[in-house]
Amino acid sequence: MTGVYSLLPENGTGLLGVPHGTEYLAAGGYAPLADDLLDRIDAARLRGRGGAGFPAAVKLRAVRDATGPRVVVANGEEGEPGSVKDRWLLRHRPHTVLDGLRLAAALTDAERGYVYVSDPAAEQAVRRALGEHGPGLPVDVVRTEHTYVAGEESAVVRRIDGGPALPTAKPPRPFESGVGGAPTLVANVETLARIALLHSRPDAADAYLVTLAGGGGGTALVEAPAGTHLKVLADLCGHGRSEAVLLGGMFGGLYGEGWRDLTLDHDGLRDAGAALGCGALHFLGPEDCPVAVAVEAASYLGAQSARQCGVCVSGTGAMAKALAAAARGEGDADTLPQLRRWSSRLPGRGACALLDAAARVVATLLDRFPDVLDAHRSPGCAACARPAPDDGRRFTVPLP
Amino acid sequence: MKLLLDSTRCQGYGLCQEPAPDQIDLDEWGYASVRVTEVPPGGEADAEAAVAACPNSALRLVK
Repeated sequence: MTGVYSLLPENGTGLLGVPHGTEYLAAGGYAPLADDLLDRIDAARLRGRGGAGFPAAVKLRAVRDATGPRVVVANGEEGEPGSVKDRWLLRHRPHTVLDGLRLAAALTDAERGYVYVSDPAAEQAVRRALGEHGPGLPVDVVRTEHTYVAGEESAVVRRIDGGPALPTAKPPRPFESGVGGAPTLVANVETLARIALLHSRPDAADAYLVTLAGGGGGTALVEAPAGTHLKVLADLCGHGRSEAVLLGGMFGGLYGEGWRDLTLDHDGLRDAGAALGCGALHFLGPEDCPVAVAVEAASYLGAQSARQCGVCVSGTGAMAKALAAAARGEGDADTLPQLRRWSSRLPGRGACALLDAAARVVATLLDRFPDVLDAHRSPGCAACARPAPDDGRRFTVPLP
Repeated sequence: MKLLLDSTRCQGYGLCQEPAPDQIDLDEWGYASVRVTEVPPGGEADAEAAVAACPNSALRLVK
């Protein structure tokens, strides 16, 4: 059972506390666009919540300043198995997301909108909300498959255009040429919901939706103020004694010693050699081995490769295989140096960031857990003796 | 001028490297990567030859 908690001093200043259903309309939702909304988004330093953390106002301006018809997309396909926030928002706060989409359209002069989802319950909730209140521009709901890469922005565009939900090479990025060739804003649904919140409440909290899970404790969807220590989040659902955490879904890699002092903050985490990504945190339990977790993450990412880029197929496959050998004590003198080389040279080589995520898991394991890896030179780790599934089951969090 | 690689198109033929060894690396599987996106001064002809050498049109030059 996944709990839903707010750590905000005032619940109403966050997304968990916004009125929902038709109450959203009664409470003043879908109000006429405030002239200073873009300034508010700037002042709040709102960053995209899909994973990359790109400044929302910069992306909005890039689409606004393009020429020709423009398109906005609410991206609700969260590929990270450890994240539930986007599907939860669409299921339980669809009006807030649609209001955000409508505002983003107004800010960019977009003529058409899309809601991109894989979760059937989320799709139903969005369709119901669209029936309750038209957002003022044509909005189509596009159903996609649930895969690691389906929510990547170029995959979103390709799917909406009738193709497979697979990434394409950049440039062009969607803000230059997206749906039907039109400049397109692809925005994560939490980002859009935060825009709606900033519009309706000047005192909107600077907060993140995070998904917490792991081997030793419970799972939770939490709205926490920016700057919250990871220790506080871990304590909330019984992960306080964990010795390591996998951050950002899989995108931020593993963190050991010192994880308690990390805070919810894109720049701070980047400076600490981690990444917040989509805000999913997987704490390792007392029975969990960081090497086994890395092997499962690398195997999962290898299996989720779109198999379009040769370097991704070969790179994720080679890393997962070498890591698994090291975990079983079957590596040779070349295994760790090879992993080191791949983890530093492969990032940036694929059309999307899947290969980067795999490389980061490997790099952070090598950097931060050298003693644990060293202890795996001889076989005997019970957690690593079991075959590693590649379906991501360890990381998958049930929706609350 | 920028030399861009579409890694979804690179099949690892490796034919691009010979005309532009300063601009293109091949990894251990034969897949190409562009060393620096911005073509160095005087490297335009090499870059053009690399683009022409790819049987799968994975490379392109953008002004």
